[in-house]
Amino acid sequence: MSVVARAAALTAAFLIVVGLGVFTSLYYIGSASTQLTTVHYAASNGQVNVVLQEDPQNDSATKPDWVTYYTQDPTSKQWVHTTLFTVPAGVKVNVTIYGFDGCTPLRNNYFSQVQGTIGGTVTVSQFDQKGKEYVTNDTTSVINSWSDCNVGHTFAIPGMNIYVPVASPNAQLSANNLCSSSPCTTSGNPYAQETFSFMSPSHGGTYRWQCLIPCGGGYIDGNGGPMQTLGWMMGQMDVVS
Amino acid sequence: MATTETPAAPGAQREPNHAWRLFAVWFVLALAADLVIWFVWKPHLPPGDMSSSAQHQQFDIAVLAVTGAPVVVAVLLYFVYAIVVWRAKPGDDSDGEPIYGNTKVQATWIIGTSAIVLWLAVFGTIELVGPAGAGAGEGPSPIWTLAGKQTTSWAPGTNDILEVQVIGQQWTWTYRYPQFGGMESSSLMLPVGMPVAFHVTSLDVIHSFWAYQLGVKADANPGVDNVAFVTPKATGSVTVRCSELCGIWHGAMFNYGQVVSPTAFQSWASGVQAKEQADGVLAALPAYTLTYDPTVIPQLGKNIPAIDGITGAAGYYYGPGNPVTP
Amino acid sequence: MAIETQPERAEPTGRGPEVIARRPWWLSPGVHTGLIGAVIGYFFGHWLGNFLGGDYARSSLSDANDVAIVLGYLFAVIGWVAGLGVFNDLFGLMLGRPLPEEGRLIGKEDPGLGKYFRYTLDHKVVGIQYLYGMIAYFLTGGLFAMAIRTELLSPSYHLIGPEQYLMVVGEHGTMMMMMMSSVILGPFGQYFGPLLIGSKRVAFPRLEALGFWLTPAAYVILLSAVLFGGFPTGWTGYEPLALQAQSGEDAYFFAFGLMGISMILAGFNMIVTIINYRAPGMRWSRLPMFVWSMFTVSFLQVLAVPVLVGACYMGLVDRTFQTSFFTNQLGGSSFLYEDLFWFFGHPEVYILALPGFGVISEVVSVFCRKPLFGYKIAAAGMLGVGILSFFVWQHHLFDSGINPDMRPLFMLTTELISIPTGFIYLVGMGTFWKARIRFSIPMLFALAFYFNFFIGGISGVFLSDVPADTTEHGSFFVMAHFHYTIMGGLIFAFFSGIYYWLPKMTGIKLNETLGKIHFWTMFIFFNSTFLPLFALGLMGMPRRVFEYARNLETLNDWVSISAFLLGGSILIFLINFVMSMLFWREPEVGNPWRSRSLEWQLSTPPPPENFKRVPVILAGPYDYGVKDALPVADLNPPPGVIGSAYAPAGAGEG
Repeated sequence: MSVVARAAALTAAFLIVVGLGVFTSLYYIGSASTQLTTVHYAASNGQVNVVLQEDPQNDSATKPDWVTYYTQDPTSKQWVHTTLFTVPAGVKVNVTIYGFDGCTPLRNNYFSQVQGTIGGTVTVSQFDQKGKEYVTNDTTSVINSWSDCNVGHTFAIPGMNIYVPVASPNAQLSANNLCSSSPCTTSGNPYAQETFSFMSPSHGGTYRWQCLIPCGGGYIDGNGGPMQTLGWMMGQMDVVS
Repeated sequence: MATTETPAAPGAQREPNHAWRLFAVWFVLALAADLVIWFVWKPHLPPGDMSSSAQHQQFDIAVLAVTGAPVVVAVLLYFVYAIVVWRAKPGDDSDGEPIYGNTKVQATWIIGTSAIVLWLAVFGTIELVGPAGAGAGEGPSPIWTLAGKQTTSWAPGTNDILEVQVIGQQWTWTYRYPQFGGMESSSLMLPVGMPVAFHVTSLDVIHSFWAYQLGVKADANPGVDNVAFVTPKATGSVTVRCSELCGIWHGAMFNYGQVVSPTAFQSWASGVQAKEQADGVLAALPAYTLTYDPTVIPQLGKNIPAIDGITGAAGYYYGPGNPVTP
Repeated sequence: MAIETQPERAEPTGRGPEVIARRPWWLSPGVHTGLIGAVIGYFFGHWLGNFLGGDYARSSLSDANDVAIVLGYLFAVIGWVAGLGVFNDLFGLMLGRPLPEEGRLIGKEDPGLGKYFRYTLDHKVVGIQYLYGMIAYFLTGGLFAMAIRTELLSPSYHLIGPEQYLMVVGEHGTMMMMMMSSVILGPFGQYFGPLLIGSKRVAFPRLEALGFWLTPAAYVILLSAVLFGGFPTGWTGYEPLALQAQSGEDAYFFAFGLMGISMILAGFNMIVTIINYRAPGMRWSRLPMFVWSMFTVSFLQVLAVPVLVGACYMGLVDRTFQTSFFTNQLGGSSFLYEDLFWFFGHPEVYILALPGFGVISEVVSVFCRKPLFGYKIAAAGMLGVGILSFFVWQHHLFDSGINPDMRPLFMLTTELISIPTGFIYLVGMGTFWKARIRFSIPMLFALAFYFNFFIGGISGVFLSDVPADTTEHGSFFVMAHFHYTIMGGLIFAFFSGIYYWLPKMTGIKLNETLGKIHFWTMFIFFNSTFLPLFALGLMGMPRRVFEYARNLETLNDWVSISAFLLGGSILIFLINFVMSMLFWREPEVGNPWRSRSLEWQLSTPPPPENFKRVPVILAGPYDYGVKDALPVADLNPPPGVIGSAYAPAGAGEG
């Protein structure tokens, strides 16, 4: 081949390789930053309100069909399918979690105990699908996932020693009526509403949060699938100073 | 060396005795290296001297280094010397001397390296089987005598062995103290100067419990009880990291422990036990066993299939149409 | 000229052998038909998998049917290989057609570049194919390493998400460990093996070429894991995490198993070739050291790699058909996987290391202009390492909860293996004694090899000692150890080989200035990258983490910057290689290194049949400095000297 042809072929090959590399880096390797949105919470009066919900697997629009968390955008009040959010440093974080998923026993029942929240407790209300509130504002430090069917998932920030069992609607009362399309709404679906608070650290940093109840359907031990994927059952809380 | 050298032409320089030169320089350097390692470096060697295991490991690494340093010096010195002394002069195209081998040199080398290797193997074995020597997986019945007494209730100031069960799960560590009612805690507290037996197990995948300052590393396998004995010798903070890839947050799976005085430890442990008793957490925990099968939950027992809305657990992850946990 | 028969296209071939029309290139099988076959095969396999196993709970929930993916890969590989024309001869024989002429065997009929893109049976063509392939695989693995070091710049800020970080770690490790086992055996082993023993061909050219063509398939399958979110287990694939993982793990098991099959075929071929196809006079005591290393490694491949293929297969059926080989609560054992994997894994690292010893022994003898010191000791060292490598695998499991009484035994065997490894150093050091050392670029890389592998080896002694291993296992100390031995050893030996042998393979020599720059930058930055890792490991940083103690940040940043510069030095090599081969093309057709070895006595590039007449070997290749030494071989022996047993088909021309 002539020199010109060789140079042209080399340039073309180089561009293809570089292009593939850039594409892979942005689309696959960096996908956590390029394809997941982060919800930002701003403080007012030294407090932020973080609102999350967890949904059962329900054959709806989410692909794959896994149990998942949603985060509520504070301004638009829309449910965003992400688990990345930021809170300011040194403020009181009030967390509200809507639990739409049914109950699953904890793998290690030690995490039935609430740890790391202000007061060491959570406050739980449970509603059935007709909207009847059959448990109202029960403040407790333990929700035993092995004795009744009351715990769906957990919210844990191990780096800050925060472990909170997230209540589920009572399965005996709500069997077969769990929310069937994500993101779930409180009307027409049984759910549990849980609130707790903690202080965000005074210095910035990234803290992972995860669920400790295996709910990956079809995976041995249930720890695969959504449990291991950002944007589903585990996420990151960035503390910005 | 037994190679035949070509007789030097009259007036030409006599071939210097490379072997003696090398030996002299090697001797000085190796001695200096060994002395530096033993007296200067040894107290600072990882993993420190906070526990019996760590101290033994420090000693062991020092001996390895002292044995290895002369070898390192010898080989590197020889190569540097060879590159400098035996480089081809520019324009010299001739071949070197046709030396095919030298039985004395080869025999010395083989015997020497074998001796060093056997010494290291013997020394390593001695260090390993000394009481609480290596700090990693001696198993539940080590061949040496235990450093303390196994008992169901632990008291400070005695030589009772404190049993600590380390439970690894994705992606956090918890610790159970069977001698305190089987209470569980996410912080690791240990008493100084008293023997400890770690029973390391896992609830899901393979983790590895690495308490750096204690010189303990034991893999946490599901369904397996991996035992490591250690005696902390100084108070202070202990870093616990997971050192076996266990999923996405493996890198973030660490926490910190504390070694405190035995009385402080006992008051902490009893306090936690009392609190968990009052809270009902102690009753919620499974009975203490050396390994756990988290898919078998007796409290929920036969109710599980009957309760709709259960989305997982107890081995039903393959779905109703598929083989189920026997 | 051969009539190529293709089962897919049954044309009426009423023509006799005299009337031969060469097909246009796009009708004869090659990479293009292979790709078509692969795509068709993948879709068929995927459909079949959905048909068979589509309603497992896991697959319906996660929209990723592992059975479909695995069967897709399987049929894709079958389609790829069929499209390349691997089965043509087989089906031809079954249909009663005579085998095509041996001309196809030696690439005679394909004078252009086309033969590199086909299923060509000439071992020299396969060697060149391996060369380009291995460089591509190495660079891809290296890019992933750059991503790892970028993430490790900060102890807590995550540039890459955790799942993606593990994906990158796994891709880097698997790409390197899987592919680099053939980085010397492929380009140089396949190319020069027969030449060095005086043979016109290898024993099983079809198996050899198939072994090569499986490697791009394994490469693509491994990279396809990226599309599925990667695999979280690293290159070791430990269960039960591998069972928990998503579909990317199937790609890992399948690619590794496929590469294993490639290694088995290559090893099998090489053993038979070396035993049976040596020229007359090529006694075992005259065999070049490189051939000894190939011989040993081929045994390791044939004996150890099947265990890996078994483990990968068991892992795949655990993930697809819900067997429970590795699931504790269902009767299996996670220890089973660890043992199967490391029974392969330890000989694997010697498959990586030994060819490096072989190349370096060749290079050192030539550039010291001296015979190899202690030939028998060197061969004993190679064989000793190979044999002992089967007895040490539990040292990867010292802290795993194995029976503690086993540990002193494996500590002993692991420390014993340093004795035969030491023989290689004895041989090297002895060759340097009173030599006339020329510092050509291959020699520079050989010296760097001795230095790097030595550091790696000494750190191995620290790891073999169980008490010391308690802190070092699973930490960056191990990383430093194996990077020093594998990258500092094998890869430096590869570069030594390429600067040494490229003139013989292609008639082009690599630019010297760029070569020297490449060497010095690579050596300096390699050491500055990996030497601090020993300290990092001893200070408590585990492997495969992206968060670490804050006080280790400076050291990590130093390592990361060095790693980027190391990548730059490899880029210099790539520029040198591309520019030299494509544009500068400085010819080098003689014997520039004045080597006595047999391959250098041939023309450049060697004739298609290697030797016009099977040579008679007269002396060993290391007789430098001997007055009136016999040449290594008589390339024109009188007719009738050769028994027909050594003359394969085609000897009629000689």
